[in-house]
Amino acid sequence: MNGRRSEALLVLHDGAVFEGEWCGARPDDGVATGEIVFNTTLTGYQEVVTDPSYAGQVIAFTYPHIGNYGVTPDDDESAQPFCSGVIVRDLPRRHSNWRAELDFERFLERHGVPGVVGVDTRRLTRHLRDQGALPGAFGPLDEPGAEERIRAAAAEARPTDGIDLVARVTAASPYTVGDPDAPYSVVAYDFGIKRSILRRLEAAGCRVEVVPASTPVDEILGRHPDGVFLSNGPGDPAAVEGAQERVAALVGEVPIFGICLGQQILGLSLGARTYKLPFGHHGGNHPVEEVATGKVEITSQNHNYVVDPETLPAGAEVTHVNLNDGACEGFRLPEASLIAVQHHPEAGPGPHDATHMFEEFTALMERRR
Amino acid sequence: MSPRRNDIESILLIGSGPIVIGQACEFDYSGTQACKVLREEGYRVILVNSNPATIMTDPEFADATYVEPLNVDTVRRVIEKERPDPLLPTLGGQTSLNLAIGLAEGGILDEFGVEMIGASLDAIRTAEDRSRFKAAMQEIGLEVPGSGFAYTVDEALEVAAEIGYPVIIRPSHILGGGGTGIAADADEMREVAWNGLKASPISEILVEQSIAGWKEFELEVMRDHADNCVIVCSIENFDAMGVHTGDSITVAPAQTLSDVEYQRMRDSAFACIRRIGVDTGGSNIQFAVNPADGQQVVIEMNPRVSRSSALASKATGFPIAKIAAKLAVGYTLDEIPNDITKKTPASFEPTIDYVVTKIPRWAFEKFPEARGVLGTQMQSVGEVMAIGRTFLESFQKACRSLETGRAGLNADPVEAVYDEFSDDELVRRVAVPTPERPFQIEAALRRGIPVERIHEVSGIDPWFLDQLARLGEERALLTQIGLDGMARSDWRRAKRLGFSDAQLAWLWGVDGERVRSARLAADVVTTYKTVDTCAAEFEARTPYHYSTYEDEDEVAPVERPVVMILGAGPNRIGQGIEFDYCCVHAAFALSEAGYETVMVNCNPETVSTDYDTSDRLFFEPLTVEDVLNIADALEPHGVIVSLGGQTPLKLAQALDTAGVPIAGTSPASIDLAEDREQFNALCARLGIAQPPGGTATSVEGALKVAAEVGYPVLVRPSYVLGGRAMSIVYDDDGLTSAMEELGLTGSLGREGGLSAERPALIDRFLEDAVEVDVDAVRDRSGEVLIGGVMEHIEEAGVHSGDSACVIPPPTLPAEAVAAIEDSTRRLAEALDVVGLLNVQYAVKDGEVFIIEANPRASRTVPFVSKATGVPLAKVAARVMLGETLAALRDEGVVVPAKQGHVSVKEAVLPFNRFPEVDTLLGPEMRSTGEVMGIDRSFGMAFAKSQAAAGNGLPETGTIFLSLADRDKRAGVVAARRFADLGFSLAATRGTADALEQEGIPVDTVVAKVGEETGVDAVDLIASGKVDLVVNTPRGRGPRADGAHIRQAAGRYGVPAVTTVAAALAAAAGATEMRDRQPAVRSLQEYHQGDQLRLGV
Repeated sequence: MNGRRSEALLVLHDGAVFEGEWCGARPDDGVATGEIVFNTTLTGYQEVVTDPSYAGQVIAFTYPHIGNYGVTPDDDESAQPFCSGVIVRDLPRRHSNWRAELDFERFLERHGVPGVVGVDTRRLTRHLRDQGALPGAFGPLDEPGAEERIRAAAAEARPTDGIDLVARVTAASPYTVGDPDAPYSVVAYDFGIKRSILRRLEAAGCRVEVVPASTPVDEILGRHPDGVFLSNGPGDPAAVEGAQERVAALVGEVPIFGICLGQQILGLSLGARTYKLPFGHHGGNHPVEEVATGKVEITSQNHNYVVDPETLPAGAEVTHVNLNDGACEGFRLPEASLIAVQHHPEAGPGPHDATHMFEEFTALMERRR
Repeated sequence: MSPRRNDIESILLIGSGPIVIGQACEFDYSGTQACKVLREEGYRVILVNSNPATIMTDPEFADATYVEPLNVDTVRRVIEKERPDPLLPTLGGQTSLNLAIGLAEGGILDEFGVEMIGASLDAIRTAEDRSRFKAAMQEIGLEVPGSGFAYTVDEALEVAAEIGYPVIIRPSHILGGGGTGIAADADEMREVAWNGLKASPISEILVEQSIAGWKEFELEVMRDHADNCVIVCSIENFDAMGVHTGDSITVAPAQTLSDVEYQRMRDSAFACIRRIGVDTGGSNIQFAVNPADGQQVVIEMNPRVSRSSALASKATGFPIAKIAAKLAVGYTLDEIPNDITKKTPASFEPTIDYVVTKIPRWAFEKFPEARGVLGTQMQSVGEVMAIGRTFLESFQKACRSLETGRAGLNADPVEAVYDEFSDDELVRRVAVPTPERPFQIEAALRRGIPVERIHEVSGIDPWFLDQLARLGEERALLTQIGLDGMARSDWRRAKRLGFSDAQLAWLWGVDGERVRSARLAADVVTTYKTVDTCAAEFEARTPYHYSTYEDEDEVAPVERPVVMILGAGPNRIGQGIEFDYCCVHAAFALSEAGYETVMVNCNPETVSTDYDTSDRLFFEPLTVEDVLNIADALEPHGVIVSLGGQTPLKLAQALDTAGVPIAGTSPASIDLAEDREQFNALCARLGIAQPPGGTATSVEGALKVAAEVGYPVLVRPSYVLGGRAMSIVYDDDGLTSAMEELGLTGSLGREGGLSAERPALIDRFLEDAVEVDVDAVRDRSGEVLIGGVMEHIEEAGVHSGDSACVIPPPTLPAEAVAAIEDSTRRLAEALDVVGLLNVQYAVKDGEVFIIEANPRASRTVPFVSKATGVPLAKVAARVMLGETLAALRDEGVVVPAKQGHVSVKEAVLPFNRFPEVDTLLGPEMRSTGEVMGIDRSFGMAFAKSQAAAGNGLPETGTIFLSLADRDKRAGVVAARRFADLGFSLAATRGTADALEQEGIPVDTVVAKVGEETGVDAVDLIASGKVDLVVNTPRGRGPRADGAHIRQAAGRYGVPAVTTVAAALAAAAGATEMRDRQPAVRSLQEYHQGDQLRLGV
């Protein structure tokens, strides 16, 4: 089925070279680029690849066998993948799971996602760990001059800093999910929202009107929501055009719950700063302490930027801390009915330890009625 | 402020006792970790374990170490004496857990105010009692297979009729699936239910809907007192439900679960551990998944550290037992640092970037009568684990780790056997789970039999099967390319699929060395990656490595002289924890002495494969290729091959040839001791008497030797451990079939059969001789330290590993001991031994004969060390690296042997797992483990050893005797002692006549088995009226009668001895037991030698 694959090369911006073989879709000009990040999750490759937060990034999976259980539309986190590519150690020739409807590699081809297989992904991970997330380029070596073109593209490749990636992934027009008679009505700013979040909100009793990232504040308030949800999404929070200003205008008007990029934009709107982590958090095993109780939750994570808790305004409290590196994983501003988490309580993929955050949101809305 | 509990001072730990099927060294690993942690925390640790071959019973690992029988009475005495604050029962396997239940239910814990930590009595009961477990799971909404409980065979039939056949029978409170079985109809049900009821200590069985063919998974969960829960590892079984998980090939992490399914299972696991109420520590939860629709059901839960926990710890680098011990004394997961990263906390879930495969190791070759089919009862005696970057790499590495003569998954000479089968025959065989099945599957797939067909008959997931099918395709490609055509990318591809150089050599018909040099010339060298719990997200501080073929190597530069210690490989009969003990001691001693120690081993159950034991750990197969690769990477100052038993010893010659420095005794000397002709010449030169004998490679040759020396003769192959295929034969017919067995037809055939280099050894067998074992150490200056002289209780002819033995020798005259010591010294000198030497002697009528000498660690080294207080393995390791005994004496490492007590080692045999097998002891070793009894007199030490082995001597009641003619004279002495002690006697007619002639009254006389009407021996035993069986074999004659008697004793749980010597020892023990209650004393007390304080 696979035939013999063509040899491929991955070159990082700093010149590091990784050998492998081509897989997935073939880019038009023979070279793909993106910011290379590693993800340490053992399961959930389909959710990861279809998570819009990966827009502009190439995902290197640390687990060597990716694709074992195939793919199913049920596990898509969005209509299509937005990532720029995947790097894996091994793809199976045959998947096996009763839910599977398609092979993972066919899925990549179908959605135009290019990849490299056979890479020493552990070496790549160690490199990124030591050097930080790096942009890079990759492509097949089956045409003359390919290597030079890949190297040149790698040298020119840019990181995601300062780029508004949300514009690429946000919904073109509003849509609604959930029971029209649900107890809570929520407007969700779509910065790249995952379907798991919508499912969790729905399960918590919310009817969710999903609106494009550029939706003006008066239109949001005009919908008279019980609360506003700020979604996850890709890239640099400071680069999302107009988002922090719009959110700043919502603060104090309605209860707000932000996840991931949503937390970062909320932080910025309160006057806090964000900064980029060396190689980000991408995986399903990060311990997060709930400060109030001391309880530890194992969380799903996918972010490169975080809020600097020192810069949060008076009255704000850090509610969650990453036990691996002390990063701020959540905060709240009780006076304005705001809560936010940096990790992914909706899971998809990952552990369900933090799903109670959605009930906290509904409780917040309940109190403000 | 420390979160550690300050309200407790001393903690009682209970070990798991002897190695048995279903419970092996993994509990030495977990117990040792617990002891270390708890002492570091400043607690006084009190340990009870009857197994002397464990690291945990080394006196420095606990404050008070009781090598005493693991029963309620004995532990009660320990509690009474030591008054521990809590009991931590969750780290010593099922034995410890059951004992804890016994102590709690007997009111002993309450009486002495001992708290149970880790898991409460209620939690243990809910997990262990199948009816409570089922109700608990249903209460929290988890599915369990349809089932019902039964307490009689009739009830079982009723339940089964309701659920519908086939059903699986699971006895409550058992270990390793003992008594478990599948019944397809009412007829089978009667037998299976009966066995199950008998296996359950509370006579309760669960009759359950059979879900054979479903996929099986396990999750390792940890929980702390603040209710934080994490999953350490997910495991997927290669074999479908229907094969006990301990007998299944298992793979970590789970391969075929999507995140949606995995998270559901994770949620269920947390719900389960919370409901059961395991407060702190680790648990193992098994699930079955219907491959057709994903339905998940809970199968069972172990509320304790288990064999799977050991595997999960080794597979991820997350030390479950160590963390469990800390959690038990009050820490929470986030308060404990991750050892490997040092910077992140233990409250996380390990993620890995490699694949781990575990393959069990069976010993069916030891039990030819057993069927060799795998099922719901565990039969494996050990296991190997291998790590690779891909499933196939780890799978093939595991295959070559097994020590079954395989170079990987086929592509070796043995695969020829599968060529003889037709396609249909091969498929038929694949349908039956056996140790051979993976190899048969590969052969079938290579022929083009579709994955679907194999899946259909085996239930094995198509993902695994398709992976295996890649091997056949790669082989075809490699054959086509040929050695000379191999480009770098071809080498890399083949090596990344786990092909060994030996497999490639076989494929191309060249020798291994050529493959190796061609590969190295193509610049395809092994890279070592690190097991780090976090898939490289954080820097690892722990050099725990595995090999693979990638771009980057992570081995840090060497800083001190490196000593590589080659471990013992998988546990099997004849090669077990004793050798691991020696390797661990070497690592400790040499690290202390300033070397950088590197452990190489592939057994996940062991202390040696704990990343804390040595300075670096390489989890690798013990083959020439794998060891040479490590040696290339580290350039060791010395490699120790003589502490890990036969596995590393077999590599000595090849390593030596490759220029690797072997520490201690030279490979040439090792070979000299094994080479019969040379050894005979040496003994002759030294004037050490040998039983007459010779060597042969053919039946004719053997008959010629026998004609010269006279029958009976002992026949054995060279270069094996544990008396593999050894037998005593009495005539030409017996010798002929023994020789045929040793040739190509037997199980040894695949390991090389007979050749000029590996002839059969044929010696005159000395009947009724006393056998003696000696362990000694010689240094390079020529000084010899006699570690211990052990007198066997069973006479010569019973394998030394299966025989009970005693230090100091109770009956040997001083002159014989002196002669033995003298011969040992001279032999050590002549063989130029530097390190350990084990010599076996037979003493007949005061004359000392040498049987064999082995310049390596023996199975008895740990026993000798425990008995004498001299750390023989540590001393040997230092001596092998060039130090002298004199220097070690100055340093206090060599100490005078402790005296004033008697130590008895007793073997533990696995016959309860193989009901078809005769329990008669012989020259082929079949014990899985050992226990030690220690006391101030022989009788009491022997009685303790019997109790520890589960063969407790009766204090009153009936002794049944059935003696071979040649034993009748000696048997009379034993019988008289029993009669004097007030036992009533029963006997078969011939034996009764002999006793009555000597004036000893026999109360009950029975018929031979099945010979006449009326009560026969089996009926008598079955009636429960016998408290001890003394049955000695009839030498050469038909053995059916004795076999029935011994089987009946095994079936009805009546202690049995099969030699007169053991009967005499039993009489001595019974005498002592009558006179006084056994007292418990710690090894520390014995070793202090403070006899006055001990009292009598």
